[in-house]
Parts: sequence; structure tokens; C-alpha cells
Amino acid sequence: MTSISVALPSHLRTLAGVTGDIAVDVPDDPSIGDVLDALEAAYPMLRGTIRDHATLRRRAFMRFFACEQDLSHDPPDTPLPAPVVAGNDVFRVVGAIAGG
Amino acid sequence: MAKVRVLVGTRKGAFILTSDGARNDWKVDGPHFGGWEIYHVKGSPADPGRLYASQSSGWSGQVVQRSDDGGGSWEAVGNEFAYAGTPGTHQWYDGTPHPWEFARVWHFEPSPHDPDTVFAGVEDAGLFRSTDGGHTWEELDALRTHSTANTWQPGAGGLCLHTILIDPANTDRMYIAISAAGAFRTEDGGKSWRPINKGLRSQFLPDEDAEVGHCVHNLAFHPSRPDTVFMQKHWDVMRTDDAGEQWTEISGNLPSDFGFPISVDSNDPETIYVVPITSDAEHYPPEGKLRVARSRTGGHEWELLTNGLPQKNCYVNVLRDAMAVDGMDDCGVYLGTTGGDVYASPDGGDTWQPIVEHLPAVLSVEVQTLQ
Repeated sequence: MTSISVALPSHLRTLAGVTGDIAVDVPDDPSIGDVLDALEAAYPMLRGTIRDHATLRRRAFMRFFACEQDLSHDPPDTPLPAPVVAGNDVFRVVGAIAGG
Repeated sequence: MAKVRVLVGTRKGAFILTSDGARNDWKVDGPHFGGWEIYHVKGSPADPGRLYASQSSGWSGQVVQRSDDGGGSWEAVGNEFAYAGTPGTHQWYDGTPHPWEFARVWHFEPSPHDPDTVFAGVEDAGLFRSTDGGHTWEELDALRTHSTANTWQPGAGGLCLHTILIDPANTDRMYIAISAAGAFRTEDGGKSWRPINKGLRSQFLPDEDAEVGHCVHNLAFHPSRPDTVFMQKHWDVMRTDDAGEQWTEISGNLPSDFGFPISVDSNDPETIYVVPITSDAEHYPPEGKLRVARSRTGGHEWELLTNGLPQKNCYVNVLRDAMAVDGMDDCGVYLGTTGGDVYASPDGGDTWQPIVEHLPAVLSVEVQTLQ
């Protein structure tokens, strides 16, 4: 198992009852989908708030970033960037900027 | 001594107001779920400590919160609202078919007798039920699969099921209302539904007397008289005395019969309250005066209640779930505005005072009377 650091937007930190970045355990050679699976297993109240319950598709206004890359459109089985797996960067769940 | 608890849902969180039975001094607690839209908060009549709150955001969708201690603490419960089977289509604003898509819960209606049973009215229009305190939800799909459903069109706020009335003496009988499909009734706990819109007239429909397609804004009844239901429609205030078989207009001398909420006095089933709004294009009170209209005759004859309400330069709205009554001997009436104020009257509307001001826009107001 590998521990990954995840940053949530503030409204989801409040919902999950956490402050700051959180650590989730994922299998070796983890994918983006593995992180989301682990996140929802550890914090069930987040189910349905980042991706759809049934289709597991990312919600339109939620985005994923790491290592200065936008991972939002990558398939769920895309491997996580090595610096995130190594603990040198954070997997970021970000609420899209909207409004004026 | 009895106490009163007011549950306020706003664009940016929930607030809980409490007072003793005099209803003069109010303690304000909140915001709960700050930053999230709270469409509705409602308590169980069977266990007043049990509350259900609809929490949502455009980013993260629907969350359902439950409290077992009157709002002191909350637990996020189930938020999976999956339409049964393969959802079909309803009509979009331009008349083209549009697939049914879940957006949010507009209204929770807890069972009168079981705190773990609660109904949810959702957008796109559907009725869900939980029998395990909100952990899981099952659609009562006979409504959404009604033979007329593929003709339903959304109102300006979406195709929302916003009103649920349960007959406390016969919980198999329920009324619901959908904007802009109309009102429906079940006699078998949701296994079958029939439209109950005869007598409604809507000028925007090609057939003004159509079976469905009416923009019903809100329904209310007195629990002792479940055959008599009052309706605030897009335009027109209506009543039925035969459970919706026939509606008659009771707008009478209202300064405008456009509006959103309607309530029935808890002590008198012939005393009703509405909030006149200028028009479908101008969602604010006529003449900039926030006035509650009260009829003590079940409609037709209305008096405008103004004492304590703003009577100049007031251009707020009062949304469909943002008025409620308590169960005290002198019925208390409560309303919340899109300007973020909640007004209360401890004397059936004769006098009003703001019990909290400057909240985010108020989406819903419910009241619990606690012994």
C-alpha cells in the first residue's frame, strides 16, 4: 500500500470534517480511480460529490490536478504522476472557478 | 412551556431559531453547512429531534443531512437518488424531449408517524422515499412514469416536485405538486397517481384547461380537513373541497393573485395566508409593500396584514417553501424573504417582527412546536 496526500476544496473539507490535506492509502502503482475509491471509502459522505454514484464520471465542475498538470480528462485508470506516489506532491480536487 | 423552533434554509447555509412560546426573543444558531445551498430543512412530527436537511451545490451536487438532536449535531446520510429503470424523457423548454436528470432535493416530507420514513421531492420531478432514516432512497416511480409525464415541461426554476402533503389519518393518501406539471394525488401510497387539475386555467397553455401542464406553486391543507386543499398557482389562488376533483378560484380582492407560498392557520382550517407578488415578471410585492394576505373565510375575502412588515421600497420575494405556521394557541406565522430576513407573527398575522435579519436569501422556512 502507498499513502497519497489529497487536497480537497474547502466545502468538501467541511463536509468530510477534516482540515488541511488528508492521507489515503491506495494500492501500489495507483491510478486516479484508485485515489477516488480510497477517498470515498475513508470518507463515505463524499460519495456522489466528486463523481457520479452510478457512472463514476467526474462531476462537471470538479477538476483534478497534480504536478501542475490538469488530470481532469484523463481516464480513471491513468497512473498517478510519480511525484504524487513518492509523496512529493499532492493530488488536488478543485472546484472549478465559476461566476463573475 | 411550549417552545418553537424555526428551521431556515438559505442560499448559503441553514439557520435554526428558537424561542419560548411567547415568540418574542429569538436565539439564532448557524450557519450550518455554510456556503452550501440549503433548499429545505424539516423535522419529523413523530420525533421532533429528527431533522432532515437538503444540502446542495452546483459543484458537488446533493448531500442529505440528518440530525437526531434538533440540529445540535448532523450526519451526512444517503445521497444516491437513482431513478428506477431507464428514465425516459420529459419536454424541454423548447418542446424537445429531454432526458430525466436528477438535480437536487427541493422538499423533504417526514412521515407523520415514523421518524425513519421520509419522502423527498426532487428535480427533475420525482418522488423518493427512505424508510431507514435517509440512508437509502427508493423512487416511487409510478409518478414519473405516469402516462402524461413525457409532456411535462419545467417551470422557470426547473422541473421540480416541490410540495408533498400526507394525510395524517391515512398515509396512503398524498398530494404532490410539480412545476410546471400540476397537482397529483395518490390513494395507495404512491403505487398510482392521477392528475387533479380540473378547474385550473393557465393562459400560457394552448389548452387552458389541460389535464397537466399547470404551474402550481404550492399546496396547503389543515390536517383535520384533508379533502380541502388550498393552492397558490402561478396566477390564481384556488381551493378544492373534494380532494382535487374540482378546483375553484378564491383570489377575490387580492391586490395580485400571483405568488408562491400558501399556508393554513393551525387553529382554523378556513383561515389561510398568501403573500401577493406583483407578477410573473416582477417577483416582488406590489407597490414595494410586503403584505401578507389573510382570509378568514377560506378565500374570496382577503385582508392585508402590514403591521411590522416593510411598507416602502421593499422588493424581495417570498419563495414557495418560505412560509410556515406553528401549532400554538395563537397561531404563529413565519416567512423568509430573498432579502435574508425572517419575519414572525405570534398572533395570526396581526403584528410582525423580524426575528433575524441579513441572512443569505431565504429558500425555506419550517416551524416545529415543541412541548
